[in-house]
Amino acid sequence: MRLRTLFEKIWDAHVVAVPSGAPALLYIDLHLVHEVTSPQAFDGLRRRGLRVRRPERTFATVDHSIPTVAGELADPMAAAQIAALETNAGEFGIRLFSGDDPRRGIVHVIGPELGLTQPGMTIVCGDSHTSTHGAFGALAFGIGTSEVEHVLASQCLLQHRPKTFEVRFEGKLDAGVTTKDMTLALLAKIGVSEGAGHVFEYSGPVVRSLSMEQRMTLCNMSIEGGARAGMVAPDDVTFEYLAGRPFVPEPFDAAVLRWKTLPSDAGAVYDRTVTYDVSGLAPMVTFGTNPGMGISIAGRVPDPDRCVDAGSRSALAKALQYMGLTPGEPLLGRAVDVVFIGSCTNARISDLREAADIFRGRRVAEGVRTLVVPGSQAVKRQAEAEGLDRIFKNAGAEWREAGCSMCIAMNGDEVRPGEYAVSTSNRNFEGRQGKGSRTFLASPLTAAAAAVTGRITDVRTLL
Amino acid sequence: MKSFNRISSRIVPLLERDIDTDQIIPARFLKVTTRVGLGEHLFEDLRRNPDGSFRPEFVLNRPEFRGATILLAGDNFGCGSSREHAAWALIGHGFQVVMSTSFADIFYANALKNGILPLVLSTRAFEHLERVSRTGGEISVDLPHRTVAWADGTYTFTIDPFAGLCLQQGTDQLGYILGFEEQIVAYEAGRAAREVS
Repeated sequence: MRLRTLFEKIWDAHVVAVPSGAPALLYIDLHLVHEVTSPQAFDGLRRRGLRVRRPERTFATVDHSIPTVAGELADPMAAAQIAALETNAGEFGIRLFSGDDPRRGIVHVIGPELGLTQPGMTIVCGDSHTSTHGAFGALAFGIGTSEVEHVLASQCLLQHRPKTFEVRFEGKLDAGVTTKDMTLALLAKIGVSEGAGHVFEYSGPVVRSLSMEQRMTLCNMSIEGGARAGMVAPDDVTFEYLAGRPFVPEPFDAAVLRWKTLPSDAGAVYDRTVTYDVSGLAPMVTFGTNPGMGISIAGRVPDPDRCVDAGSRSALAKALQYMGLTPGEPLLGRAVDVVFIGSCTNARISDLREAADIFRGRRVAEGVRTLVVPGSQAVKRQAEAEGLDRIFKNAGAEWREAGCSMCIAMNGDEVRPGEYAVSTSNRNFEGRQGKGSRTFLASPLTAAAAAVTGRITDVRTLL
Repeated sequence: MKSFNRISSRIVPLLERDIDTDQIIPARFLKVTTRVGLGEHLFEDLRRNPDGSFRPEFVLNRPEFRGATILLAGDNFGCGSSREHAAWALIGHGFQVVMSTSFADIFYANALKNGILPLVLSTRAFEHLERVSRTGGEISVDLPHRTVAWADGTYTFTIDPFAGLCLQQGTDQLGYILGFEEQIVAYEAGRAAREVS
């Protein structure tokens, strides 16, 4: 039998039809829906008189535009968008985690948490960070609103088969250096477009040693490398994470047996492979306006004049101008205005525990606004049960309700024009965290270190 | 969706690489429940000063490009978020073709579903068209013949045949998918049987 990769096994098992002259028709097992990218899709169904084909495979939550201060009213447009999702979920028979529902949270945090995300599945959502769910050995990718409508109506998508791209991590991470640093280092190496048309499969000893939450951080930023999806083969770490969660299949042992057949066959061939040795890697921080513009924490801002091609030179010059940085200057020691610990990249309980270890017994530096926003209400409850909220609040940080918050700045949580933020989120695009905002992407440890020192700091000096 | 065959226009050059969807349409404009009205916020933060006034130097604000329907952009156009609002903003502004040496995957799919032709150029063709854009020359894009023609040159592009046909015919892809109902039912029945065993 032909040797197949994890991706190929999942793809092959989901092809409904291969129409001549058209892309494959791919079956979607799980469709996650949120308030921002779905209202036009539901309107489309209504216009055509269609129902949701598989409401039991469709789950909705409110995350992007919801305020993170309890009881605070959303602005009228956000409130209308949230109300539209509530109406649509009711009308079309979809389960919605909204309002005070204890299961509410960022769509890519609650899917895994509830056991909705499972190995071998095809998973889509109108959100590019759907790649997160690939951590479970699922094929998970973001789609636009037209495709949201297609999946609601048919449970299928027309898709060209992407190519495979193995990203192998070798070596061992040092103390204080995290999965986020490894991810930013990968992006600094390969850039933001190499993954286009491909699905990443992360492999190697480092990936095997990661927890599920760390694997989610890694897969989350696949889209930042241009790949619509990124995945990790399921193993005992995956199965142990899933055991006992509310939506996992029964009998669970039978499902595990099926899932164990998913990992890529030994000798299966990828279209491309890159290997990255993480030994000696330092904490990473971005200096520019895309996630591939990252350097080692003690590094210096690169010089556009040293770029080989004109395109890179002008892109770098434009980024430095926006960021207000000078070629050759170090980032270490630079004062920051805001610290954001949150987002679908880094707002799970292990991220908050890491950050809390830095805040414990310390104070947020004078003049630094620090937000800690849990990824879900379940993460919030867990953190509070462990007393992490008190550590954050005692240090002078703001402890919020779950949501996307300052990662996308749609809900009122934003960085003001010209301010510098150290953020555990995934994008440092111009204006991403608010009009004129300047973002340094980093790990939760590095973000916490910036909060307590008021400057970009090598967290290893605080451990 | 309108069908797309041939158009002629000047080219609006926006030559930076990695123009992300946050630049195409900032997130604060995503709190809408319809597709309309996004065109006026296309490239909002590039087009306007912080006080809301237009930046005269930005290419979309220059009078010579008013009414142009073809955008020429650098590598990896549309990277970042999956927001289809980016395509809605482009079409709302009047763009029907975006030409680049490469596109981000999700943007590419979104453009096609809104009647926008995402036209992939060779580096050489990009250089030619960049020159044409600087001199204000008009070009014509012919989808059925897969050609871009300007005063002193032509370029033959390729596009996935299905995508090309859908654009030319203004095909509703959901209607097409729903034509596979029998196969979908059969697939679901097969899956249910396998997962029970």
